Amino acid sequence: MYNETSCRFAKSHEWAFAEGDVATVGISDYAQKEISDIVFVELPKAGAKVEQGKPCCVIESVKAAADFFAPVSGEVVEVNDAIADNPALVNQSPHGDGWFFKIRMSKPAEMAALMEFETYRKTIQ
Amino acid sequence: MVDSPLKRTPLYGVLAKAGGRMVDFHGWEMPVQFAGILAEHQAVRTACGVFDVSHMGQVLISGADAHRFVERVNCNRMSAEPGKGTYAHILAEDGGILDDAITFCLEPKRFLAIVNAATAEKDFAWFQRQAAGFDVALDHASARYGMLAVQGPAAPALVGEIFPAALALPRFGIAELPWAGEAAFVMRTGYTGEDGFEVAASPTGVLAFWEALMARGGRHGLVPCGLGSRDTLRLESGYLLYGADADETRTPYEANCGWVVKLQKGDFVGREALIRRKEAGFKEKLTGVRLPGRGVPRHGCAVWRGDRKIGELCSATFAPTLGTGIGVGYLAPEAWEAGTRVEVEIHGKRVEAETVRGAFRKNAV
Repeated sequence: MYNETSCRFAKSHEWAFAEGDVATVGISDYAQKEISDIVFVELPKAGAKVEQGKPCCVIESVKAAADFFAPVSGEVVEVNDAIADNPALVNQSPHGDGWFFKIRMSKPAEMAALMEFETYRKTIQ
Repeated sequence: MVDSPLKRTPLYGVLAKAGGRMVDFHGWEMPVQFAGILAEHQAVRTACGVFDVSHMGQVLISGADAHRFVERVNCNRMSAEPGKGTYAHILAEDGGILDDAITFCLEPKRFLAIVNAATAEKDFAWFQRQAAGFDVALDHASARYGMLAVQGPAAPALVGEIFPAALALPRFGIAELPWAGEAAFVMRTGYTGEDGFEVAASPTGVLAFWEALMARGGRHGLVPCGLGSRDTLRLESGYLLYGADADETRTPYEANCGWVVKLQKGDFVGREALIRRKEAGFKEKLTGVRLPGRGVPRHGCAVWRGDRKIGELCSATFAPTLGTGIGVGYLAPEAWEAGTRVEVEIHGKRVEAETVRGAFRKNAV
């Protein structure tokens, strides 16, 4: 299992946690607070190809839409249907029940380009 | 370009301390939210919320011709009964909407107009131009007043503890009541579709009112609310936002506010042009859309009927009480009938929607 400190982070506030060649991804606690009141997440479909740093999903709050940039490249193998039905889970538990989807990584070395939690934490201070 | 400093209301300090997330709103540094838009919206629908609306403008109009002048610059039939306010549009000579405002009769020869923040200077200059030949004195009093709106089903119980006389006010009623050694205007008005009050007082008076609300509000479920929930509440309730949903290029008829035009009342600024433009007919009218599926519409989204683009949304949001996306836009006649099936383009995809006239919910007032 993973938690905030064991995840790696993109500058654009997504996190990824790798187990073998599959990465679970979501948005950081800082991002959910900034976006606030998430009312809809337009998730990619299983089978979709995503590319590191490219938008692949839209997060809608009451006030505005925000892009979700894939933290690593690969194929979407599972999506979290629970946040489609209850998007507030992303605000309540961004590193738990509010995960977005899982990617079978085509370039696992990309994980190394993401920040450790401590480094990320300094970027948002 | 030099950035001019943002203006702050008398309540800036207490709002920031209460956790307000401040943004630039038409040159004012105002809170967009406190705990969150959904929670604030829900509080106003079920208990009560308080909004700083000190950025709004106040113009005092007095003199022997005060009522005649108020009738001249507003398209609605304006009450001359002390204690009563009237919502109306202020029109240009060509019938375009310069602003929407509520004008209260304080005394037979003394009126108070509450105008929008971004248009207050323009409105005052317009009033001065129109005042030639009228025995009226105009006083732009915006800087002397702060204003708070207390809204929601619990608002009467809470405000009644502070101003017992407020409970006797009818909707759109006003009373000048003693407050903190001065006088405050207490109005039974609001922009949320719920019962409630707006209180205008001096900067120190409005701060004292805030403190009184905070001291008593807990039992009534009072929460501080920002501009974000103010917008979701007003849009659900079918209320116009000047600058977004109406401007000088639109007449009240196109803004779906034909009910504020009283052509029979006699002459007023813009009347002749309105008659002409009404006879010529309109190509677009402000029409609501409701999106039963998922997806959140935004300002600027295109609206389609089949392969024809029939307009764009000027205000749109997720509607917390309804749990769906809603919006309003100037749409072509084929979409004016409520229940017409249309599509709204969101992030390049078309989402099913149907048209709605007026409020998206049954308002409490």
